[in-house]
Amino acid sequence: MTLHDDLLPRLAHGMRLQWEAVQGCHVLLYPEGMVKLNRSAGEILQRCDGQTPLAQVVARLESAFGRPGLREEIERFLELAAQQRWITLS
Amino acid sequence: MLAELTYRCPLHCVYCYNPVDFARQGDELTTAQWLRVLREARALGAVQCGFSGGEPLLRDDLEALVGEARALGYYTNLLTSGVGLTEGRAAALKAAGLDHIQLSFQDSTREMNDFLSHTKTFELKERVGRMLRAQGWPMVLNVVLHRLNIDHIERILGMAEALGVQYLELANTQYHSWAEVNRAHLLPSREQLRHAEAVTAAWRVRLQDRMKIYFVPADYHEGRPKKCMNGWGSVFLTVAPDGVALPCHTARMLPGLAFPSVLDHALDWIWRESEGFARYRGTAWMKEPCARCPEREIDLGGCRCQAFLLGGDPALADPVCPKSPHHGAVEQAVAQAQSGAGATRPIRFRDRANSLALSPTRCGPA
Repeated sequence: MTLHDDLLPRLAHGMRLQWEAVQGCHVLLYPEGMVKLNRSAGEILQRCDGQTPLAQVVARLESAFGRPGLREEIERFLELAAQQRWITLS
Repeated sequence: MLAELTYRCPLHCVYCYNPVDFARQGDELTTAQWLRVLREARALGAVQCGFSGGEPLLRDDLEALVGEARALGYYTNLLTSGVGLTEGRAAALKAAGLDHIQLSFQDSTREMNDFLSHTKTFELKERVGRMLRAQGWPMVLNVVLHRLNIDHIERILGMAEALGVQYLELANTQYHSWAEVNRAHLLPSREQLRHAEAVTAAWRVRLQDRMKIYFVPADYHEGRPKKCMNGWGSVFLTVAPDGVALPCHTARMLPGLAFPSVLDHALDWIWRESEGFARYRGTAWMKEPCARCPEREIDLGGCRCQAFLLGGDPALADPVCPKSPHHGAVEQAVAQAQSGAGATRPIRFRDRANSLALSPTRCGPA
């Protein structure tokens, strides 16, 4: 674990997350661009509302998927997403 | 999708990409017709919707169109000069759900003195910048570079910094439409380009994360064709003010292609079936040297409009490619830019009178 439990991940300014029925996946929209997300990325970002602490985001995902031990995978994705400026961690 | 709501514009930019014969085009779509276009394009899978023109703020139904686009799930973008944006309209657009605004720089050359002294331009952009910040939109500024302003790159970057711009697009002019008419005035020399690139590189280092700068290279000097619209009829759709659907916002100039109108056909048919969208899709239409070129999938033959303007046939290789038999036309234009002896006639501003004068009459009164 490298990220703090109390971090509040949220979508970066100008980013929008939505379900695209035509494409059958979540997408992240930003000025003149779009990223198609795989299922786990979509599930994680859906929970990054800026009000839910990281520890709780992890707990909710583990409960939704009925699978413990997701913390490391989630942190890896969040760090990548922050690098891409899709989210902020504060 | 790009919704070009109107060809009307308070500016007269000499590099405008609107058709040279814009004054001869048909009536603008009504609000109800635009709403149908938005719904049909969304059902086809379009996710981004840009509202452009001309100056889209001249349409008083802009807020209604943005509101519907947002409700349909588009990421909405307004491309504007900011002329005509009031606090009231900014608030109404925000309330309608507008996601993003891209401001273009007011540099029409008729107002070149203002631009060079940059007092009026600066005041306008500062006022608009304050409105954007008040509504929570990031400040995104687009500046078209050409021979007459490129040497002021330092000043342009300084102004962008002072305005608190977060994204700056420095786009070298593409020589289509009005920019093609005025090419001899607008094409910069190699030295001018190199200077601009060096200054931009230095500012990038200095500004780090504070401002993201995109520098769109100059086609004529690159010697490399670009993939037109990321592939003709593959991701991009423009609907012109009168409802004509285009695979690229300048494709209207191409001869021998009847582009369909949203007034006559559903967008689904236009996208999947129409000859206008099918003609230059993929690589099957290519002639030599493209047809057997190992790079044909990378650039898809480049720009169809450039092939037509410089070679006389839209199915040729883009003449900016050194393999094109018409590459000499590009070299000649660059050589003229080097010598500074290119311009033999006065610069033409994008206005109604010039549009009528430069375009052949169709049947009936204009």
